[in-house]
Amino acid sequence: MLDNLRAIAAARRALLDDEGVSPFGTVVEKMISATEGILDGRRTILAGTNNYLGLTFDPDCIAAACAALRDEGTGTTGSRMANGTFAAHAALERELAEFFGRRGAVVFSTGYLANLGMLSALTGRDDVMLIDADCHASIYDGCRLGTAEVLRFRHNDVEDLDTRLRRLGERSSRALIVVEGIYSMLGDRAPLAAIAGLKRRHGAYLLVDEAHSFGVLGAHGRGLAEEAGVEDAVDFVLGTFSKSLGTIGGFGASDHPELESLRYASRPYLFTASPSPSVVASARTALAVLQARPELRGRLWDNAHRLYGRLRELGFTLGPQPSPIVAVMMAGPGEGLAFWRALLEQGVYVNLIVPPAAPNGGCLLRCSVGAAHTPEQIERIADAFAALVPASTSRHH
Amino acid sequence: MLTYHDILAQTRELLEPYAKGRRLEEGTDLLTHVGLDSMQAMEVLLAAEGRFDMSIPLNVLAEVRTVGDLAQQLQRLLERR
Repeated sequence: MLDNLRAIAAARRALLDDEGVSPFGTVVEKMISATEGILDGRRTILAGTNNYLGLTFDPDCIAAACAALRDEGTGTTGSRMANGTFAAHAALERELAEFFGRRGAVVFSTGYLANLGMLSALTGRDDVMLIDADCHASIYDGCRLGTAEVLRFRHNDVEDLDTRLRRLGERSSRALIVVEGIYSMLGDRAPLAAIAGLKRRHGAYLLVDEAHSFGVLGAHGRGLAEEAGVEDAVDFVLGTFSKSLGTIGGFGASDHPELESLRYASRPYLFTASPSPSVVASARTALAVLQARPELRGRLWDNAHRLYGRLRELGFTLGPQPSPIVAVMMAGPGEGLAFWRALLEQGVYVNLIVPPAAPNGGCLLRCSVGAAHTPEQIERIADAFAALVPASTSRHH
Repeated sequence: MLTYHDILAQTRELLEPYAKGRRLEEGTDLLTHVGLDSMQAMEVLLAAEGRFDMSIPLNVLAEVRTVGDLAQQLQRLLERR
């Protein structure tokens, strides 16, 4: 009892041995806008918030949320299965299904629950889930909640996935391949066209978690599957409202008619309260904004390329490709913490990621940019990194 | 077909790089004695998959505490193949 927590407390003391600001207990003292807040008493550019389209302060989203709050109350106080499905929940599901060109969609209270609820209910004891090794914790936890056999394949390694499908033999027709559109730590994408080819060849199913790519990739913002031109090979699309849509919640969408029955089988759908009316209202409005204002995606990518380019020029080792997630590799947790604090002192907040959250036992500073960042803010983020360069011992260029 | 004894010997070889000189007995606890962390456990499984040309479900980890447990799980998977 409590041994695990004592071990964690010891590990935390070993890393954070002083009274400095903790990267794992950051308090935003006041929000100023979608890109700025007061942290540690200082006006700070927020460059680690996944707020890709910058919609958290969108006037239409706020107005819709306020109206729903007044008209429908602060919460649903119930499960989707009981009293927690309002007309707006059903409307949001129809709108998501239409947006993704799918027969149906199911809304969950968070993105984490969407993965738990979909993965655990789609598969059964005789099935196999084949997950990319770098998949998010919610995918691993969804696997644990389910009863299927779980196999990992090496990150973005199509050959390794093929080997594992081949070893399954006839069972490959009962396999669900699980990948992400954009991986949350390094910002790299799944080689989806090749994976879709394997899926077809082995007769398997394919689920793509578009959490970080919904609203970000594809001509219409439908994610990596749209960008790669393989939407018809994707059986299940997963996503979250807590990134591009600037609120909270998650969904699964599919053409398989069985999805509708998931509502009776998925514990994370059934045994939690449904999203609050204000959350549903802002998600619906944000989905409409995402479609009406494609220029937001253009601005997002301009910012992503600008930051990636500047940091590369400075000689930092980055994730493999430009993306709204810019991962800056650190030599280890000590350097990561020192850099993180130095950035915060210059008024720039990013995420410090240490093992096991960072892949391959690494440590990284994870920046994420959005459409609401101004070019000047992006320059200030890059300048703050530039000020760290002389202190660094890990640069390769 | 490999015997349990053969698989146990190969399991020890797979774990040797993480043993830091400690003796690996059948009852050696991978967590408390070897100090294997979750990343290293994954590396061991990947190495075992390569050596035996089979896929090892993540679920088996729940059943594994000792060197012998791991060898038994590997044997079970090999027999199922």
